[in-house]
Amino acid sequence: MVGAAIELLVQDLTIRYDNDIALRVDKLEIRKNEIFGIIGPAGSGKTSFLNAINRMDEFNDSMNVQGSINFGGLEVSRVKNVYALRKKIGVVFPLPVGLPLSIYENVALSPRLSGVKDKTKLDEIVERCLIRAALWEEVKDRLHQLGSLLSGGQQQRLTIARALSQEPKLLLLDEFSIAVDPVTTMRIEDVLKELKKEMTVVLVTNLVQQVRRLSERTAFFLNGELVEVGETEDFFTGVVEDQRTRDYVEGRFG
Amino acid sequence: MFQSTELNRRNHSVQKLVSILFGVVTCLLIVPVLTIMTVLVYKGGPNISFEFLFSAPTNGMTAGGIFPALLGTILLVVVALIFSVPLGVATAVYLSEYASDTWLTRLINLAIINLAGVPSIVHALFGLGAFVIFAGFGTSILAASLTLGIMTLPVVIVATRESLQAVPPEFRMACWGMGATRWQTIRKVVLPNAMSGILTGVILEVSRTAGETAPIMFTGAAFFLPFLPQGILDQTMAMSLHLFVVSTQVPGVPETLPYSVALVLVSLVLIMNAASIILRAYVRGQKKW
Repeated sequence: MVGAAIELLVQDLTIRYDNDIALRVDKLEIRKNEIFGIIGPAGSGKTSFLNAINRMDEFNDSMNVQGSINFGGLEVSRVKNVYALRKKIGVVFPLPVGLPLSIYENVALSPRLSGVKDKTKLDEIVERCLIRAALWEEVKDRLHQLGSLLSGGQQQRLTIARALSQEPKLLLLDEFSIAVDPVTTMRIEDVLKELKKEMTVVLVTNLVQQVRRLSERTAFFLNGELVEVGETEDFFTGVVEDQRTRDYVEGRFG
Repeated sequence: MFQSTELNRRNHSVQKLVSILFGVVTCLLIVPVLTIMTVLVYKGGPNISFEFLFSAPTNGMTAGGIFPALLGTILLVVVALIFSVPLGVATAVYLSEYASDTWLTRLINLAIINLAGVPSIVHALFGLGAFVIFAGFGTSILAASLTLGIMTLPVVIVATRESLQAVPPEFRMACWGMGATRWQTIRKVVLPNAMSGILTGVILEVSRTAGETAPIMFTGAAFFLPFLPQGILDQTMAMSLHLFVVSTQVPGVPETLPYSVALVLVSLVLIMNAASIILRAYVRGQKKW
């Protein structure tokens, strides 16, 4: 992976809520088509990091982002059309959010919002995204039922299908397996391994072993600080520099 | 091991007493409603006929029907709704979905609460000054409906804002995250899911508007009119004022007439409420998370 293209370059980033610093990152590189893991206990700034990438600070008056986040060669803080930026970034939240629309409309919403009206084209997008999110077989006969009535695991895959309908270049997953059973978690993980051929995936998780299964490289956040970045395998073979990282990975705290 | 102590027994009987007492108080609430309806139906019911509903008062309002007043009340309510619902919903959407917490929004919220607390007779005088005289609408349906609309605006705003805020914030986050604008999010996700609550606000408004007397007395409702209103700049008769007039202002009215008028007014409100409740149940059945 040495010399691989960089998709996301973060420099001198500081995220504050009012006057409290939530996260400080000096430098972080995320490469194209990798699954990049972010681990750390609650309150370490992981979610704030994701929110800064797709400019969700717009919706939180107290959140303040300073520094540079460069995505695909563009400085995100200078992007004028934030809607186009967010469309290129898919987000999956911790708790599944099936919008109270039909399964079909959940996936068709984003294409519709960006002006796709052709029925056959929408059908094609919905089918393709549901297949890639490993949900098609379970719902193909009831696409017009409410998406919010699916089981938690199905809703989480629906969320992924919805994110894919945006044709994102970057997929942000925020502890997606928190409300999902282990079997569905494994299915989603298989989906992610496929997806990274086409996009860059940032995987925030509490599950240290999930990072080991999926990601090439991992960062460890602790109390608003980027403690360490490295090859994921190094985290588990003890080749990490910081004692705190070793303690966290081995389960001595957190 | 599970023997009850003196304290246990006392707690138990106190709890029983409270539940019975409060239950009885709750049931007592039915009494006034039942009494009112029984008296109205008993005294006013026999007089009600197709003719009573659809003909004009005669003999100095001591005989004949109530059609001009019935039509007038419906017109006043409809025109008031046309003004207050879009205005109230727009305000609530702005306050709930757009505005951040600043001194200005706090001032607006305070204004809304105060508007709800202003007595209706004060609204009437405001309507007289603002719409009848200053805006030059004269005493008319338009002026009366605007007065009613302003008076009931807080109900619509508060009900709408509360039902908007009941829509989980996660839905908005998910929508924004996929690149939707605030307005797209409101239109596609927030408003459809807040609809049943908004309808509740409208129901409340309809009931209040139909029964109000003071605000329309100086602004558009007439004591007696020999003809029906031809447009919204005409005056009109109204049920609530008509009830007041036949009860206290006209000599020689048969005893049952005011009861009949009251029964029609109450039924009108109940029918409008029932229609809105059915509509709301339908909307609610459509969408759920």
